[in-house]
Amino acid sequence: MMGWFGATLPEASSHAVRVDLLAAAFSALTVVLTLPVFVLILVFAIRYRRGKAVNREHAPDRNIWLEVSWSVIPFVLILGFFIFSARIFFDLHRPSPSALSINVVARQWMWKFQHPGGQREINELHLPADQPVSLTMASQDVIHSLYVPALRLKQDVVPGQYATLSFTATRPGIYHLHCAEYCGSDHAVMGGRLIVMAPRDYAAWLGHADRATTPAAAGAKLYRQLGCSACHAQGSSVPAPSLAGISGRRVRLTDGSTPIADRQYLHDAILYPNRHVVAGYRPVMPVYARLIDEEQTTALIAWIEAMKEERR
Amino acid sequence: MNASGEGLHDAPREVDPPRRTPAEASSYIADGYSLRSWFVTTDHKRVAVLYLVSITAFFFIGACAAALIRLELLTPAGDLLTNEGYNRAFTLHGVVMIWFFLIPSIPNVFGNFLLPLMIGARDLAFPRLNLLSWYIYVFAGLFTLYVLLTGGVDTGWTFYTPLSSTYANGHVMAALTAVFIVGWSSILTGINFIVTVHKLRAPGMTWGRLPLFVWAHYATALILVLATPVLTITLILIALERLLGIGIFDPSLGGDPLLFQHLFWFYSHPAVYIMVLPALGVVSELVAAAARKKIFGYWFVAYSSIAIAVIGFFVWGHHMFVSGQSMYASTIFSFLSLLVAVPSAIKVYNWTATLYKGSIALNAAFLFAMGFIGLFVLGGLSGLMLAMLAIDVHVHDTYFVVAHFHYIMVGGAVTAFLGAVHFWWPKMFGRMYNETWGRISAALIFLGFNLTFFPQFLLGYLGMPRRYHVYPPEFQALHVLSSSGAFILGLGYGLPLIYLFYSLRHGDPAEPNPWGATGLEWTVPSPPPTHNFEEVPRVENEPYDYALRHDESIG
Amino acid sequence: MQRHEPYPTLERQREADQLGMMLFLGSEIMLFGALFAAAFGLFLQHTPDVEAASGRLNLWLGGANTIILLTSSVFVALGAEARGRRPRRLVACFLAAALLGILFLAVKALEYAREYDEGLMPGTAHAHFASGPQQLFMNLYFAATGLHAVHLTLGVVLLLVLALRERWRPATAAAIENAALYWHLVDVIWIFLYPVLYLTRG
Repeated sequence: MMGWFGATLPEASSHAVRVDLLAAAFSALTVVLTLPVFVLILVFAIRYRRGKAVNREHAPDRNIWLEVSWSVIPFVLILGFFIFSARIFFDLHRPSPSALSINVVARQWMWKFQHPGGQREINELHLPADQPVSLTMASQDVIHSLYVPALRLKQDVVPGQYATLSFTATRPGIYHLHCAEYCGSDHAVMGGRLIVMAPRDYAAWLGHADRATTPAAAGAKLYRQLGCSACHAQGSSVPAPSLAGISGRRVRLTDGSTPIADRQYLHDAILYPNRHVVAGYRPVMPVYARLIDEEQTTALIAWIEAMKEERR
Repeated sequence: MNASGEGLHDAPREVDPPRRTPAEASSYIADGYSLRSWFVTTDHKRVAVLYLVSITAFFFIGACAAALIRLELLTPAGDLLTNEGYNRAFTLHGVVMIWFFLIPSIPNVFGNFLLPLMIGARDLAFPRLNLLSWYIYVFAGLFTLYVLLTGGVDTGWTFYTPLSSTYANGHVMAALTAVFIVGWSSILTGINFIVTVHKLRAPGMTWGRLPLFVWAHYATALILVLATPVLTITLILIALERLLGIGIFDPSLGGDPLLFQHLFWFYSHPAVYIMVLPALGVVSELVAAAARKKIFGYWFVAYSSIAIAVIGFFVWGHHMFVSGQSMYASTIFSFLSLLVAVPSAIKVYNWTATLYKGSIALNAAFLFAMGFIGLFVLGGLSGLMLAMLAIDVHVHDTYFVVAHFHYIMVGGAVTAFLGAVHFWWPKMFGRMYNETWGRISAALIFLGFNLTFFPQFLLGYLGMPRRYHVYPPEFQALHVLSSSGAFILGLGYGLPLIYLFYSLRHGDPAEPNPWGATGLEWTVPSPPPTHNFEEVPRVENEPYDYALRHDESIG
Repeated sequence: MQRHEPYPTLERQREADQLGMMLFLGSEIMLFGALFAAAFGLFLQHTPDVEAASGRLNLWLGGANTIILLTSSVFVALGAEARGRRPRRLVACFLAAALLGILFLAVKALEYAREYDEGLMPGTAHAHFASGPQQLFMNLYFAATGLHAVHLTLGVVLLLVLALRERWRPATAAAIENAALYWHLVDVIWIFLYPVLYLTRG
């Protein structure tokens, strides 16, 4: 817990604890490197004040070894912190495979969250403690940034790209959630609360929560409504690549490249289909970019991910 | 005036100082009194004064925006300004302070005035280009005033896309144009300085005899010439996207908003060194003069300016650690950002060592220099903290960053600017000001500054995001502290305007060398004649050769 | 040539003029360099689209322009070298180079017109692109060649002014050399623009 002048910031995860430790230790190093400087300046300014009779003989104006050592030694000390910090940073980018996956859409000026079971929230996010969580985030318009100070975490959400933020909250409580990238008029009020609950309470909340359809079910509905099945279903008159089991597999494109059909690929393939045309097919798919938003795209992708090989 | 440099001008005087001293009568100031003579001048000293007046005006505008911001933040609710009003206030504050005050301040006032004098030249390499630079600056300023008067712009000074290219309304084009134009003023100034230092040094003025102020401005000029064009093209690209829809940052077309950030920060990071290197050069001069001693490790300090300029081109990615940049790139940028702190640290340690066995006068200029060192060190170390990846993930886009750059820019660059004003005022205008008031200003500014900005480090670490006009109520105490400090800081900045102006008419006439400092500028009258030197000096002394001039080894 | 304050010698003044011009050219290189960096970024992110879009540019018109500009640079070099000794050659060469510059602009206008007709000019009514990134490439193409054309036009004006007033007020050596350097830079920038824009086809 950090706190000054009436404001406190809890440590809601072990990552937060590590960051606070790093910051505190580095602040201590700051003091060690600068206090001598301040003290010496004051001491010299007084001791060698003009008009004061004091020994000023042999005042040095250079000393290579001194110069090198006071350049190298602080730098080496700082490097130690650099390594510690880099390790923490790299750990952030190693998500757990069993993570609870939450879909997030950022738009001017609200955060929309959806749990795997379909529960939706706006500006508030309920999560279980001690459970790895992975937020998959997309922006509808400009760059936003999801920031939870208690977790010591933030991640910019850039339009056109998926961003992920992975963490494990360990301390139940209610924490501030902010947008940290200036995004226009209501940037300052685009936020709310992260509510971390004991796993049992979270399960109870899930039961009571405003449950819309799951993303995959919503996606299935859209898949029909938007006419995807007209071409992508087996036996359709318009040849289109089969989508069953495609998620995570390699796709061969007309230019010869073979990207993996991950979320970003599927996102671009739905919204901007002419960017990557599958080998053997013509670019006849309608451009959905102006027809559907990020939330609907996420739902479609959830449905495509659910399509198993057998369901042909 | 006694040997310690403190003026008898503090003692009660019997006779009012003359309205015009003999030095003034034959100085660059007396060389034509008409407005026209000032507006078509090619005299580098007059151009410096033109800049001084205009940047002061813009500082005032930027300060008003800051006042609005700090007033709004006294309370957690948005009760003074609307959300849009606040967003426009901080955008104006950033644009005006960075491009219309900080970047031109020391180089275009003191660099212009002093560079030729310090190297023994009669003017800069391209005197007419110098005047043109000022006119370009003023022309750009008109666009900024237009933006201000027509309601402002709310993109933030960083113009991130796609907010600025697609979504923002307001006079974004005018703001882009203003910054685009002022960039040319920067580039021409840089060219002028580099050629001046290469081609106009007096006989005997080798690179090793140059004042460290000159080294610092040379390094600054390199950045001005090489970095500013990248900003120019980036602004053109946003303007094209806004105006004609032909941009390359539009994500719906496959464009990458991050490309904008790379281009923008490739300029804007070196730009912060444009703002700080001249300040570092000033402080070297102030410390040497106050201590009456050669700067410790002259060559280390000289080359450190060049090192900062060079390494500074390779760290821009530290503004993008959480933007979606690859974590490997982020790691490299983090490392390089730590590296760039080393030459800055060298300067601070060297200044401290200079004071050892010096003969130190605690006049106003030196108090500003000491204030600079303290605040710059804190600012620099908070920068190191920001360069630590894991910490930055937490404090990026919070008040921690705001505190960091204000410590460097305000606690550093503005303090150094004021130190330079107090040091070279007698040379520029031929009058001594009241030292006591100068010391009071320095103290007020140091205290007010810390009260304003130290709480912001705490606010940032506790999670207060930046560019927010409303905030969680628990942050109010820290914000009130900060705003109170801003009030004191404002007083501190207002005071010099009064006593410095007063000195122009009522100050004691200044001698050629009131501080007993080394440097060619102190060998000419105060104020200098238009042609600087009667005859071109032949330089034989090493720089800062105090030991030879003032035998004070025992005191 | 007149020696101006604050230079101690004419020689020094000439060196200063040259150094100043080189620095200015350096800043121009950084200006276009950033554009090239942006183009490279686009290429890395959307390689097939960039190659496809590049393939739709007219290789021959672009190539012709390259030859026109290279030739004009030869003329400028010859003209600059003739300064002082053979003023008539200077005028003739500069005029020829200026004319070639105008020819370059005419060919460019022809290219733009064809691109407009083919629906490749962004912002126009019937523009139709195969994909978003292909449109981005064309955006960059117009921005880059447009900026280059602006620089070229300034160069043409410079050459014309220097050539036409040679009889009444011959230009200083510095002015001639600087104009030549500027023209060569505009040429060099095109030397890089051409392969990056036209030869990136797959």
